[in-house]
Amino acid sequence: MSTNSQPTSGAAIAVSGLTKTFGPTKALDNLHLTVGTGEVHGFLGPNGAGKSTTIRVLLGLLRADSGTAKVLGGDPWNDAVALHRRLAYVPGDVSLWPNLTGGEAIDLFARLRGGFDRKRRNELCERFDLDPTKKGRTYSKGNRQKVAIVAALASDVELLILDEPTAGLDPLMEAIFADAINEVKDAGRTVLLSSHILAQVEALCDRVSIIRQGHIVESGSLSDLRHLTRTSVQVETVRPAAGLESLPGVHDLSSTNGKLHFDVDTDQLDGIIGHLHGLGIRSLVSQPPTLEQLFMRHYGEELAEATNGSSR
Amino acid sequence: MSTMTMSRPAAQAPGRQNSLAGTGTLIRFMLRRDRVRIPVWLIVFALVPIGTLSSFAEAYPSAADRMATAQSMNSPAALAMLGPAHYFADYNSGSMLMHQLFAFTAMAVGLMSVLLVVRHTRTEEETGRAELVRATVVGRHANTAAALIVAFATNVVLGLLIAASTATSDMDGITTSGALLFGAAHTAVGIVFAALAAVTVQITGYSRGASGMALAGIGVAYVLRAAGDVGENGLSWVSPIGWGQRTWVFVDGRWWPLLLSVALTVVLTVLAVILSTRRDVGSGLRQARPGSPAASDLLVKPFGLALRLHRGMLIGFTVTVALLAVAYGSIFGDIDEMLGSVTALSDALAEQGGVLIEAFLSMVMLVTAVTVAIYAVLATNRMRAEELAGRAEPVLALPLSRTRWVGSHLAVTLLGSAVMQLIGGALLGYFAADATGDGALFGKSIAAAAAYLPALWCTIGLVVLLYGLRPQWIGLGWLVPVWAFGIGYLGNILGLPTWLAKLSPFGHVPEMPSEEFSLPPVLALTAIAVALIAIGLAGLKRRSINVV
Repeated sequence: MSTNSQPTSGAAIAVSGLTKTFGPTKALDNLHLTVGTGEVHGFLGPNGAGKSTTIRVLLGLLRADSGTAKVLGGDPWNDAVALHRRLAYVPGDVSLWPNLTGGEAIDLFARLRGGFDRKRRNELCERFDLDPTKKGRTYSKGNRQKVAIVAALASDVELLILDEPTAGLDPLMEAIFADAINEVKDAGRTVLLSSHILAQVEALCDRVSIIRQGHIVESGSLSDLRHLTRTSVQVETVRPAAGLESLPGVHDLSSTNGKLHFDVDTDQLDGIIGHLHGLGIRSLVSQPPTLEQLFMRHYGEELAEATNGSSR
Repeated sequence: MSTMTMSRPAAQAPGRQNSLAGTGTLIRFMLRRDRVRIPVWLIVFALVPIGTLSSFAEAYPSAADRMATAQSMNSPAALAMLGPAHYFADYNSGSMLMHQLFAFTAMAVGLMSVLLVVRHTRTEEETGRAELVRATVVGRHANTAAALIVAFATNVVLGLLIAASTATSDMDGITTSGALLFGAAHTAVGIVFAALAAVTVQITGYSRGASGMALAGIGVAYVLRAAGDVGENGLSWVSPIGWGQRTWVFVDGRWWPLLLSVALTVVLTVLAVILSTRRDVGSGLRQARPGSPAASDLLVKPFGLALRLHRGMLIGFTVTVALLAVAYGSIFGDIDEMLGSVTALSDALAEQGGVLIEAFLSMVMLVTAVTVAIYAVLATNRMRAEELAGRAEPVLALPLSRTRWVGSHLAVTLLGSAVMQLIGGALLGYFAADATGDGALFGKSIAAAAAYLPALWCTIGLVVLLYGLRPQWIGLGWLVPVWAFGIGYLGNILGLPTWLAKLSPFGHVPEMPSEEFSLPPVLALTAIAVALIAIGLAGLKRRSINVV
């Protein structure tokens, strides 16, 4: 599959062959990742897959064992200070100083980064319904998250690196966050959005990379990836559809009350529908492939392996 | 269903019993968590009397040796540092042990008790773990009660171990009843400070603040008894450490002063329980007030942020050092009076008067410098704390180099410790000059304080080195103040070789005004400090952030 796309010079993020071990644990295993300038790139994977480790290498906080990484054309370890002027980061679990207010923390992050827009900052505080006068230790998880999000969005930067930024946000705030990311996209900025909320990634991202056990297993545009997935079909035919299971691309065939249910590889859809047409279609319901299915397919295998008792 | 059946007995139990539900389980849980820590403390305390007595046997083999020591100890500096002169009435091995060691071991017992109580109460609340526990069938007072019971029991065992360890010695003056009283005196100090910590954890929402307040209480108790022991003015009677010393163990032992400790423990425990019902889980007595909605121009600079983060500790320690200097400074008046009566006896001693005053000044300066060193280690550890709490990561994801980040913390620590040290020197010098009428002491005191600065820089440098190269070992930085105080304090008593003191940067500081100023060690210490910081910074630039 399209995992080993070579880093291109115009990319905002270009990572190639990245490996990082922590003692016996291999956190990153020959990881390749390319994020084009101006795109919103979804970075998907379950807990412990290596998303945060990758991001912390991109921020120059962790040093990789081998492989190369380029962020905005620079080396994240050696050019950290210069690069950080051009990017903003939202960690997945924001800890704030207990005795600083949220407003002070926002100003601190945004102003130390430079290119700070006070009007935009106040407007964002209002949009996210954040009280900037409360002390860090009195905020809930969601509100701490908002502090980091507002600080990142109030900065005039080229690249936003967001590590599960909406963890702890309520659905209303998630919608506001989505609006804000769409504005960022319209302004031509690049976003790397790590998440495991698939609906959010589907709604916001142009391209997606899926990481599993420190390795990218799928990468491409959403439509590319959909192409690789299966469409669910529920059909009722005039004549019995015998032998359907032997056709290429058909999976998980079952029937209830004379209706057939099956999944079909999306690139085989045309042939299957042609075959069904010959049998006389009475009713047909088809569901487009979702990212969730793709995701479940990759991690479902992992689950199956784990339950079969194979060691991790 | 199972949770309902489990909660029923607690729900039915009426008021009082209810608030202590789960105490037994929590006690077992705390003992499980401290299964290494408490035994280590206890073993060390049990070894101290045996070790000290055997070194006495070598250093002071005869009664005449001990008499000579008693005479040399009868100076303001030694009385302030160790304890009251009553022990000189019968300076046998036992009373010598009590007189020379108790002030020190009592503070250590207090430290153990405070850390134990804070660890199991406020730290649990601050991290949110207490919330999980309190959501189960656990009464309102169960956690405080369990922590205090563990602390009290630990102190009782500690007292028995000290008594047993002391009683095994067959040296002159050691009696079984005396050994028991010696152990009980330690227990009495320990339970008072455990109860004090139970109060301070109710007041503030931060474990650091709660420990700080309770430890300041220990410091105050030590200084009050120092002032009382030199001035014979009754101040020792308001200090739990003073009560312990007034048992006259191994001289003409009496138990009743320890009743004062028990009474104070009861009062503090009741106060802690009352205060704990007036606050919410997770917060202190003071409600968090809203603050500024925007950052000031200073705060958004790295130095401003560091200054803000260090503010509480900086103010707390500056006040502590100032109080220490004022307290010791006020003793100079008593010393002068004491020497006045002595000079009437002999002209030779009159000459010595000035020397004794300067020796006292040198001793106090060491205590001040070690206090500032404790601040320096704590403040330098702040960077590691920021990293472990995950707050360094977003800051280092800003256009801020690691050197500047460390530099901002170091600037505050270096400046802060220097200012503290000089404030201590100036206040001490002012009071000393005022009390003795010798104006030159003011300048001498400030110079003596300044001579310690390179040693403080070395202490900070060592912590920076550890932080950059081996952050997991950063706790080793505590060896410097512990060693400096332990050796500066015990070295003379136990007659330890001087090279031991030279292992610490404090061992190389000219002890002015008793000793002459000497430039080479000051320059060498400064150079070492610069090198340590430079290596630490180079290491930090090379390593990953958030290495646990």
